[in-house]
Amino acid sequence: MSEPLLKVEGLKKYFPIKGGLLGKVSETVRAVDGVSFSVNEGETLGIVGESGCGKSTTGRMAMRLIEPTAGKVFFEGKDILNLSKSEMRRTRKDIQMIFQDPFASLNPRQTVGRIIEEPMIVHHMGNSSERRKRVDELLELVGLSAYYAKRYPHQFSGGQRQRIGIARALAVRPKLIIADEPVSALDVSVQSQVLNLLQDLQKRFNLTYIFIAHDLSVVRHISNRVAVMYLGKIVEISDSERLYDHPEHPYTKALLSAVPIPDPDNKTNRIILKGDVPSPAHPPAGCPFHDRCPVAMDICAKEVPVLKKTEDGRLVSCHLYD
Amino acid sequence: MADSILEVKDLRTSFFTDDGEVPAVDGITFSVKEGEILGLVGESGCGKSVTSLSIMGLLPSPPGKIVGGQILYKGEDISHAKESRMRKLRGNDIAMIFQEPMTSLNPVFTIGEQLTEAIRLHKKMPKKDLEARAVDLLKMVGLPRARELLKEYPHELSGGMRQRVMIAIAMSCDPKVLIADEPTTALDVTIQAQILDLMAKLNRETHTAIILITHDLGVVAQVCKRVVVMYAGKVVEQGDVRDIFNHPEHPYTEGLIRSIPDLFSKKDTLYTIKGSVPKPGSIKKGCLFAPRCPYVMDKCRTAEPELTGDRHKSRCFLHREDA
Repeated sequence: MSEPLLKVEGLKKYFPIKGGLLGKVSETVRAVDGVSFSVNEGETLGIVGESGCGKSTTGRMAMRLIEPTAGKVFFEGKDILNLSKSEMRRTRKDIQMIFQDPFASLNPRQTVGRIIEEPMIVHHMGNSSERRKRVDELLELVGLSAYYAKRYPHQFSGGQRQRIGIARALAVRPKLIIADEPVSALDVSVQSQVLNLLQDLQKRFNLTYIFIAHDLSVVRHISNRVAVMYLGKIVEISDSERLYDHPEHPYTKALLSAVPIPDPDNKTNRIILKGDVPSPAHPPAGCPFHDRCPVAMDICAKEVPVLKKTEDGRLVSCHLYD
Repeated sequence: MADSILEVKDLRTSFFTDDGEVPAVDGITFSVKEGEILGLVGESGCGKSVTSLSIMGLLPSPPGKIVGGQILYKGEDISHAKESRMRKLRGNDIAMIFQEPMTSLNPVFTIGEQLTEAIRLHKKMPKKDLEARAVDLLKMVGLPRARELLKEYPHELSGGMRQRVMIAIAMSCDPKVLIADEPTTALDVTIQAQILDLMAKLNRETHTAIILITHDLGVVAQVCKRVVVMYAGKVVEQGDVRDIFNHPEHPYTEGLIRSIPDLFSKKDTLYTIKGSVPKPGSIKKGCLFAPRCPYVMDKCRTAEPELTGDRHKSRCFLHREDA
């Protein structure tokens, strides 16, 4: 097997909470607590989980927008956490990001043409007229027309703005795109347009995606493999087919059963979890899920389970599969 | 068949802006029967929230104004009722819960104060009973430590707990109709499942009719008995939930259902509805969905179809004999 495009090992991010008169660190929030995965060229890895599970922080650390507390990130085999600022900037040409909020992620005072051109200026690509031509190409590529380049973001709908965000990410011909909830602000009919566009572009340019989302149906649709996160840890990671058809971790099972199915004849028995996700500042001892788990055992409150290969080759972090 | 408790007849609500009149709700008709859960679905800007604010008499006015039609609560037209009358109805007969559990509670009052406010306004009750009632309400919505919670403030609660408190407040005077505007949109899916479960349970136990406003067809399919589908300020289809999902008549409803990615199987490409929702008032002639419709006929561009049908109604020429 060839080298993965991106490999992440033991990634951790602890945010300190400062309090008191002297600003001493009173607590730490373990936003991401030891996450490892790899992404191969041309594939889509989905990361799912509920608010506060650390999926966005993980995505940001993978391109060093947030500096990890510990761990390693290898992009094309080289450890990007050791790169200098200017080397990192050059590497970012290969890793681009698409953000959730199409209303907040575009500068309202710049024309769309300028927004899409900016990453090319930063990375010294082409001269002015070449860049203009590329902007026009990019706009057509994402299903808008070239004459939109002179308009401002407020003149576009949410779906169109997300297309502009995609054009901007593509401008520097990246290899890896990290998309953080790219369709969750969009209506269903527009959401499907944007998902299809992302898949088209992937085929055309052999792009690799890390697709972060909370919507499990969307993630299944777009991903080859899926990682499920809970309280800063990956609880299960496998190819999406098996994960959705035969989830193994009790949290994955509960999460999948909670999704409302758009079919009135399919009212499956939902597993209703008790309570809320615990605070990442005070994660429970042992397995982070044990206090809500319907099948918790004595050992779960004492020992932290590790991500292990099960018989059919996927990774699950649960004492049931020890 | 149960009687209708709330009827909306040809309701038209417009916003008067500098650019002229914008018809946000353009002649919608539906009814809610006693004790049922009715889904009101549609995408952003279709007028579903404006409909609910019109019913509650909570339209920001100006610029919003009801310019036509009737809203009948138990036969009484409340579309132009006086504020003093609406104040008697709101909370007591018709209650509402909002999307954002983080902002719809007042941060400077305790849960107990906010929970008993409506009861104090609408019913005379000794102070001791009031507290007992508040504790009962919190227990009813499945909140633990009810007595302590009364003294806590909203910021001490999680999103799911706040939405439970909102539901408890809405249910505090045993309303006949509960309007829930995207009650689970801001919540995570496992918490959403808890809240939907709770709403279905309350509906069964108290027989309060619920109008569930949402953009999520999954939620509608799981909870609602009947569905009203809105597009660009108009009702395009309504009927029993099974008919709507298994035999959608309007191309918009069909498109919406087919656009959702499937949790159980992976398709190569998703179905899409081309284009985007028109600006209110921008289409002057013909069917509002015609520019995006895959089955569009010449007739659709010139004439506007009516909402026709018996139990299952739709606004489309495809299902008309004379088309």
